[in-house]
Amino acid sequence: MTNWNVILSIAKTHLLTKIKQTSVAALGVTFGIGSYITLVCFMTGLNTMLDDLILNQTPHIHVYNEIEPSKNQPVSLYDDFNESFNVVHSIKPKLSQLKIHNALPIIDYLERNENVRGALPQVQTQIFYIAGSIEIGGNLIGINPIDEAKLFNIEDYIVKGSAEALQTTDNGILLGIGVAEKMSLKVGDRVQISPINGDIFPLKIVGFYQSGVADLDAIQSFTNIKTVQRILGEAKNYITDINVKLYDIEEAVSLAKTIEQQFKLKAVDIKTANAQFDTGTTIRNLITYAVSITLLIVAGFGIYNILNMLIYEKMNDIAILKATGFSGKDVQLIFMSQAMIIGFVGGVLGLVLGFGLTSLIGTIPFKTEALPTVETYPVNRDPLFFIIGFLFAIFSTFLAGYLPSKKAKKIDPIKIIRGQ
Amino acid sequence: MSVVLEAKHINKYFKKPVSFHVLKDINFQIKKGEFASIMGKSGCGKSTLLYILSTMDTDYEGQLYLNNQLITGQERTHLSYLRNKHIGFVFQFHYLLSEFSVIENVMLPAKKLGEKSYPEIEHDAIEKLKMLNIEHLSKKRASQVSGGEKQRIAIARALINNPSVIMGDEPTGNLDSYNAQNIFNIFKQLSDEKGLSLLVVTHDEDFANKTDRIIQMGDGKILV
Ligand SMILES: Nc1ncnc2c1ncn2[C@@H]1O[C@H](COP(=O)(O)OP(=O)(O)O)[C@@H](O)[C@H]1O
Ligand SMILES: [Mg+2]
Repeated sequence: MTNWNVILSIAKTHLLTKIKQTSVAALGVTFGIGSYITLVCFMTGLNTMLDDLILNQTPHIHVYNEIEPSKNQPVSLYDDFNESFNVVHSIKPKLSQLKIHNALPIIDYLERNENVRGALPQVQTQIFYIAGSIEIGGNLIGINPIDEAKLFNIEDYIVKGSAEALQTTDNGILLGIGVAEKMSLKVGDRVQISPINGDIFPLKIVGFYQSGVADLDAIQSFTNIKTVQRILGEAKNYITDINVKLYDIEEAVSLAKTIEQQFKLKAVDIKTANAQFDTGTTIRNLITYAVSITLLIVAGFGIYNILNMLIYEKMNDIAILKATGFSGKDVQLIFMSQAMIIGFVGGVLGLVLGFGLTSLIGTIPFKTEALPTVETYPVNRDPLFFIIGFLFAIFSTFLAGYLPSKKAKKIDPIKIIRGQ
Repeated sequence: MSVVLEAKHINKYFKKPVSFHVLKDINFQIKKGEFASIMGKSGCGKSTLLYILSTMDTDYEGQLYLNNQLITGQERTHLSYLRNKHIGFVFQFHYLLSEFSVIENVMLPAKKLGEKSYPEIEHDAIEKLKMLNIEHLSKKRASQVSGGEKQRIAIARALINNPSVIMGDEPTGNLDSYNAQNIFNIFKQLSDEKGLSLLVVTHDEDFANKTDRIIQMGDGKILV
């Protein structure tokens, strides 16, 4: 039989007559929650951006043919030397093709796998960019531009032009920005390229590519698969690499293994290729949470302190309430509601503060060579963070209010009445 | 006449600092409409007895009956309810919630009881304040009125739920003789006109002599 109206009106009067302390306690929560939200949104925004930098353009599994020595040298096939100790000097890599044998059926097969979002063929080759008498070494990668944009966000790194322009332009090239700078080329110009032992091909520049990695941008360019195949004089089934994107990145390791075993190809999964990367993300998250939780704990102690003080000041009121028929539970609820009101108001203001600060951060210009498409600081305003922040405000004020209110519940009115 | 409050073989000990038998086999009754006073030397156990009778203290031996119901050993929340509905308490010091207005102080026990709507409770509270001639104070803060007025407000609060019995622990002990006389007259009037049962601890001989019955206490026992 709890009469909430009375309890809340008493709590309200207590809070309003001690508005200064109440505000300080609520502001503690506000700053705690506000900075938690700001920190988490900002840090995860940065994390996602950095993740994207690597993950978006990196295939989850990269399949190719590696040039390596044969595991079984011919001598081991010869039964007579079976029992003896063989030493083979100067092992040379096996002469094998860069081409993936049966690449197109393999792609079909992979795309039918339900974990696979897409498998895209590429043709990579070494070429020279020719400017007058100078030859600059480089890589040319043949791609399906539209598919590549869909799965690997290549558009994010195209600073001029578009994937579509590359797709639709015959003999078009998306030139690495470093190459363009070295050779003073503009979009629309022609650049001459030549494969290692072949003719010279003029290609039309449809755009510039900037990955953010200067060394890469100084050598690497993209064109249509057909164009590379034509330059190399190879057939339509000449594919050197297959890039696989999965729905769930966690599947990468096992699928890569399967591909290696099944097709006798090299398949590198993203986890192995970027092992250090995960660690960085984990540590950044750890720091974010450690700092936020510290802030919230400090806010919690503030509330605990202020409620303790309040209860100390309100000993008389507690005694009167109990003497006139309020139960210990009623008194506890009165002080719990004060804590919860502080938590609620402080929490809501904290959400507003967090929203405001993240909005502000989101407008601060952030220009970097490494991230051509990023204009302002990245913030990841996931509603989940706001929900967590608010729940934490409620939870921590509940904890902070619980002990003092328990004390208020237990106060013996007789002791106080006698003490007067 | 029906019995409002009955104490049977009440014994109480304080264990700290040394074991001390403070109340020794207390037996008495308060009948409906009776105005009884308790007298006795300081330290003889009057307040201790009153705290037990008011159900705030549960650490005693013996039985306590309120309106012929045994209340000894009841749950704490039920005791709170009984205290709220059936017992009005007036202390020596003016125990009011200083941050609340006078009328809010008076209304609080009724709001807790929750048997009436707020407008009804407010109406009742104004009635009680009128009866005690302090209606004009109703909107003031409890901390802004004089001592005699505070005690009258405390009486109005004790009356708000029309309790079975009003207890007072030296309610005039802290007032000048004019105000003390005034408070006594109010009690007398409540007893005579409203048939209220009262049990009041006092040191004032004249005061006690005008009540229906004097309970003399000495050394933890009832003497007369
Ligand atoms: N909490 C306590 N612990 C120990 N002794 C107490 C306590 N409260 C009161 N006493 C003692 O009990 C006796 C009775 O106290 P009290 O009932 O207040 O007397 P009165 O109200 O008649 O003056 C006194 O001797 C007092 O010192
Ligand atoms: Mg006393």
